[in-house]
Amino acid sequence: MIEVKNIYKSFNGKAVLKDINIVFERGKTNLIIGESGSGKTVLMKTMVGLFNADSGEINYEGKNFIAMDFDHRKEIRKEIGMLFQGGALFDSLTVEENVMFPLGMFTNMSVAEQRERADFCLNRVNLKTAHKLYPAEISGGMKKRVAIARAISMKPKYLFCDEPNSGLDPKTSILIDNLIYELTSELNITTIVITHDMNSVMEIGDNISFLYNGEINWKGHRNDVMYASSPELNNFVYASEFMKKLKSTMGNKSH
Amino acid sequence: MNWFFHIGRYYIMMSRVFSKPEKWSIYRKQFIKEIDNLGLGSLGIVVIISIFMGAVITIQSAFGFESPWIPLYAVGVASRDSIVLEFSPTIVSLILAGKVGSNIASEIGTMRVTEQIDALEIMGINSKSYLILPKIVAAVFINPFLIVISMFLALLGGLIAGQMTGAVTHYEFIYGIQYDFRPFNVTYALIKTLFFAFIITSVSAYHGYYTQGGALEVGKSSTNAVVYSSIVILLFNFILTQLLLS
Repeated sequence: MIEVKNIYKSFNGKAVLKDINIVFERGKTNLIIGESGSGKTVLMKTMVGLFNADSGEINYEGKNFIAMDFDHRKEIRKEIGMLFQGGALFDSLTVEENVMFPLGMFTNMSVAEQRERADFCLNRVNLKTAHKLYPAEISGGMKKRVAIARAISMKPKYLFCDEPNSGLDPKTSILIDNLIYELTSELNITTIVITHDMNSVMEIGDNISFLYNGEINWKGHRNDVMYASSPELNNFVYASEFMKKLKSTMGNKSH
Repeated sequence: MNWFFHIGRYYIMMSRVFSKPEKWSIYRKQFIKEIDNLGLGSLGIVVIISIFMGAVITIQSAFGFESPWIPLYAVGVASRDSIVLEFSPTIVSLILAGKVGSNIASEIGTMRVTEQIDALEIMGINSKSYLILPKIVAAVFINPFLIVISMFLALLGGLIAGQMTGAVTHYEFIYGIQYDFRPFNVTYALIKTLFFAFIITSVSAYHGYYTQGGALEVGKSSTNAVVYSSIVILLFNFILTQLLLS
């Protein structure tokens, strides 16, 4: 479980996160949704220590990450897997080497054992033939799957996904979403996903936090998101003409 | 003010670079890779430039010494001193700052803008040490070899050019090279090389590591890396010359 308490973050005097309080539950897919520029990525990067919060606490199983020094943070970070928006695969390494990289750095596994683990992780994300290819030689969807394989190679306790289906077609997006959802329950990990894709919200959102102008505007389950009373959330959810028509259809039916 | 900010941030970065590596075996592999990349990858340009510059220095020296009062072997002496004291350690280092410095800044800068450095940090890896330390150690190790090769080839270029143009005979040139030779001059050149290798890699890595933005900024970082490492090399060239030769 990760608990975010009273987090504030600003850049050059401009407040980006204002008094954020969220609990991310273990074994659940926790979504942070919101418009572009609402502070989602800043929140995630603050949670993993890539940005320093101005004030507040981020507790990993009760341990305040913000108060830790580099070495203690390192121990927590070994339990974190992260899927970046662009994949962030190492260009100079093959797909297999990318997945083996954290194993080589932090475990005493032999190369054969590392290869076996990488093979298992790549199979788990349905990538069975790309082992020897370089990131530049594979598609966007495959890159995301390699990044997931790398993120789970160390058996993390926490999985962070920054817009996992950005730039992907709807079918591949659903595949990635389902993969994240399955892995969360299979490995019993705390998963946090940033997205503004409503398909993802409706597919995998166990706990949803809607961020608006750097503040938590709404929290709830995917079943509640369509009926929320928050006008800002409604503007976000029913942004397209199609969704507006769907809403009016739902309204007519309920009457 | 801006200068103080950069100097301070550079020192903070270097304190992280020289912290204990996560795993020595991984760093060893990176070190060997960097020797190949930074050292052997620069051999071609060092060879070509050294031969031609050695030839030009010899011809220019011969042109300047066209007097019956100056013995012909003085061309060898002047060429040797120019090559050993200044051309090989400083000019070749400046050329390496262009080649290796831009390579380092663009490599690390691209890793920064594509979030690969963030990925390393999230894994719990000290990205500064992992990315920069092997480059510094490799350059400090391999550059003295490149400079010694450069000295030899530049003198060889001078010998061939002197012979071909008739500016100085083979015998006079070799006599001049050996005349009043001071081994400390080579030591001085190698000391300078060690400093310059450190400057090229660390200053360029600094510019790459703190790149913000996209492809355009990577290009700017690459240019800044070459410009600032060249300026710092020239500054240290002056300081070291004053300290070691005065």
